[in-house]
Amino acid sequence: MSAYSETTVWLIIAALGCGSYLVRLSFLGILGNRDLPEWVLRHLRYTPVAILPALITPLVLWPQATGGALDAPRLSAAIVALSVGLWRKNAIAAVFAGMATLYGVGYFLG
Amino acid sequence: MRKAPSDSAYLSGIIGGLPFLLVLLPFGLLFGVLGTEAGLPLSQVMGFSFLVIAGSAQFTALQLMTENAPVLVVLASALAVNLRMAMYSASITPHLGAAPLWQRALLSYMLVDQTYAMAMQTYEAQPERSVRWKVVYFFGLATPICPLWYGATYAGAVLGATIPPEFALDFAVPITFLALVAPALRTLAHIAAAMTSVVMAVLLNWMPYNLWLMVAGITAMIVGAEVERRMSLAKAKLT
Repeated sequence: MSAYSETTVWLIIAALGCGSYLVRLSFLGILGNRDLPEWVLRHLRYTPVAILPALITPLVLWPQATGGALDAPRLSAAIVALSVGLWRKNAIAAVFAGMATLYGVGYFLG
Repeated sequence: MRKAPSDSAYLSGIIGGLPFLLVLLPFGLLFGVLGTEAGLPLSQVMGFSFLVIAGSAQFTALQLMTENAPVLVVLASALAVNLRMAMYSASITPHLGAAPLWQRALLSYMLVDQTYAMAMQTYEAQPERSVRWKVVYFFGLATPICPLWYGATYAGAVLGATIPPEFALDFAVPITFLALVAPALRTLAHIAAAMTSVVMAVLLNWMPYNLWLMVAGITAMIVGAEVERRMSLAKAKLT
């Protein structure tokens, strides 16, 4: 976070705000009632599951807090959160299970 | 008592939006807590929730900012996460496209995962409703949802200032993302996209400026779309 000045952070917030609004407004406000080509829709469907796993992977494998070493509490918390999410299809349950594992395993390993 | 159809539309919208409060409250709180822990002042934490008003994108930006990623990478990644909303915008236009422009401009701001999902479900179940009814219903949905997002963020930010740094909150963001992604892995194509994303993140980790994130994301998106295309071709052949 230290790499940015306060103005830069505001610029990031403003640009993200404008960008997200324009994406939402795109068809409803600007392009109107026209069909997106099927191949575009097909790609858009996968944007969250394409970006988020890549973002998570290094955080799980090489956490900064441990200086980049694989860490039992964090790895088990990730596995539990993923498993509960897959099994219950419930994001809140997955967060609670993951955080409980993080603190639980961390506590037992000292 | 006068009972105009628009009144009941607004009320049923509010009722339809209420269950989502259970989901939004913890994520809003979490964003407030983590934003504060990361060193953002209250005004900027709130700025995110007011202007961006999209959980996954906010968490993405926050994570990359704590890694001191280049500004362009922060923007491109968080916006890429929000691209799915172009799909929302396109698919809700047949229902709301005939409303006045100022209403559509307001509705667009409130077009988030929860309002979209609930509105589409209702519009498809009740296609005979007027455009006005659908617009008022959407405002009803957003009435509990949007203010709760701001309120939860604020509460989290105030709370975050009191949480000692010993709590391993650095890992709350990865857990949040895992929790959001896991239920979304509904089809083989979603799983293929997610697996590609993970493998590419490991293989490309040498790339500077977090560029691996963009390359992994784009590749995974293409893989997901391609798997879906082949699956539907295969299904068409069977029938």
